[in-house]
Amino acid sequence: MDKEAITKIRNDFPILKQKINGNRLAYLDNAATMQMPVPILHKINSFYQTSYANVHRSVDTLGFNATKQYEEARGKVASFINAADANEIIFTSGCTDSLNLVAATYGEQNIHEQDEIVLTIMEHHSNLLPWQQLAKRKGAILKYIDLTESQTLDLDDVKKKITAKTKIVAIAHASNILGMMNPIEEVIKIAHQVEAVVVVDGAQAVSHFPIDVQKLDADFYAFSGHKMLAPTGIGVLYGKKNLLNQMPPYRFGGEMIGNVTKYNATWADLPQKFEAGTPNIIGAIGLGYAIDYLHEIGMNRIQTYENELSKYLMQKIEKLDFVAIYGPKENHTGVFSFNLKNIHPHDVATALDMQGIEVRAGHHCAQPLMRRLGVESTVRASLSFYNNKEDIDQLIAGISETEEFFNGTK
Amino acid sequence: MGLNNLRTLYQALVLDHASHPRNKKEMKEATAMQTVHNPSCGDTVNIFVKVQNEKIVDVSFTGSGCTISQASASMLTQSVKDKSVSEALEMTKIFSDLAIGKEHTSDEIEKLGDAAVLTQVMQFPARIKCATISWWALEQALLKKG
Ligand SMILES: Cc1ncc(COP(=O)(O)O)c(C=O)c1O
Repeated sequence: MDKEAITKIRNDFPILKQKINGNRLAYLDNAATMQMPVPILHKINSFYQTSYANVHRSVDTLGFNATKQYEEARGKVASFINAADANEIIFTSGCTDSLNLVAATYGEQNIHEQDEIVLTIMEHHSNLLPWQQLAKRKGAILKYIDLTESQTLDLDDVKKKITAKTKIVAIAHASNILGMMNPIEEVIKIAHQVEAVVVVDGAQAVSHFPIDVQKLDADFYAFSGHKMLAPTGIGVLYGKKNLLNQMPPYRFGGEMIGNVTKYNATWADLPQKFEAGTPNIIGAIGLGYAIDYLHEIGMNRIQTYENELSKYLMQKIEKLDFVAIYGPKENHTGVFSFNLKNIHPHDVATALDMQGIEVRAGHHCAQPLMRRLGVESTVRASLSFYNNKEDIDQLIAGISETEEFFNGTK
Repeated sequence: MGLNNLRTLYQALVLDHASHPRNKKEMKEATAMQTVHNPSCGDTVNIFVKVQNEKIVDVSFTGSGCTISQASASMLTQSVKDKSVSEALEMTKIFSDLAIGKEHTSDEIEKLGDAAVLTQVMQFPARIKCATISWWALEQALLKKG
């Protein structure tokens, strides 16, 4: 993408023109949540003003049209990740909810004593705790795939940890800390050889590169809308139809039933079986608008441009000898976790904030990984397609100023 | 750049306490100990107190964290040493009150001693917790002991 294209995109995000603490805003916390562009806001506004109604309930015109748009959004999600069938798309409240759904239904049904659940050491707590707690309930065994010396996923360890006893493998598509994509296609192949089911956490993947769940052969794929321009409170669980069909419902209530008698009930077909109660209608429709917006730019173009930005950032930050960077140096994604020598990440984040640079500091909901890296927390700057080189220059200058402020070097 | 603002938070005294923390050690003969975590960042502060005849005869801390949390714990230990339990509890109340936006007179704030410097943290809402957790730990430790 050229400068003109980026400027045009940035004009859709008025928040980027704000000053923060008197300085130009460099919004570099996209891994936490992404900003919403004006065209999506307008469409959401217009939906509320002209088309709002509950879905799947009434036969009136408004209700019918709202239902149509809600189901169209499901179709957009299906094609966005290349699912074979829109009924394999379950709307949830977020990635966390999606992962809990799988653990509470598929996991509850299929995990028994002494079965093995394999995770990676880099998992976000939302793809770790549901499995850890399930394993505790069932007396199952939890195993963690480790990192290589260059802090990528250790494929040899994958082959060691996945055994004939493995029933579930849970893995992030892209790390929210280490700035890399996992070789999930290979992991899935290995897992399928022992007939384990693979749950992929796609939270950090969806707005950054094209996704094809069929090509990956993922059994489950979870993500959140708010990390891809949509509102908060909407998420997606993709599941293979044969698996979803076998699973018991997650929650009980309206719209998820076939027939209810005083002492018994049958369940609706997919996807309604997993969508009890009034869903997040505007969230789902907003997610559809977000997908339209991403498609207009093009996921391949987004990936190419973000790669360019990541390379630029890596080149610059690598030169700062007082900065430790986590994760691999090659093929880095737009997520950069780092620490400044002798300065606590929270102090760094406050100093960067004073300079208009919004980053995150903390353990990023991955305490086992932090322990593995031998740190308590890190600073994290994360890119998206609306960032530009100016943002990166501002970050690098800000880091140097911070170093000078606290350590008084230079 | 906006880093001049930072000086109001990271004053020389604060930086000094953070890099040379006072009374940072475990206390075997403590009469009470309390740990407080800041779950958003993983910081931990453990406060140890030794109370005799309603007086804090010794106080120390361990743990790890940012400049603010370390300096705050260090300053706290200096400020409350040799104070009566009720005086120290009054100090914890003043600090916690300021943290939630309640006003106190400058006379009252002065009771905090050196630790009063850290009330500047109230201008940085995202960091208030860093400064406050050690005071919470102290309060709980003091209320704990029989
Ligand atoms: C890798 C990863 N997984 C899961 C999540 C959880 O997403 P949410 O909080 O939207 O449910 C996040 C969000 O931070 C994430 O980065």
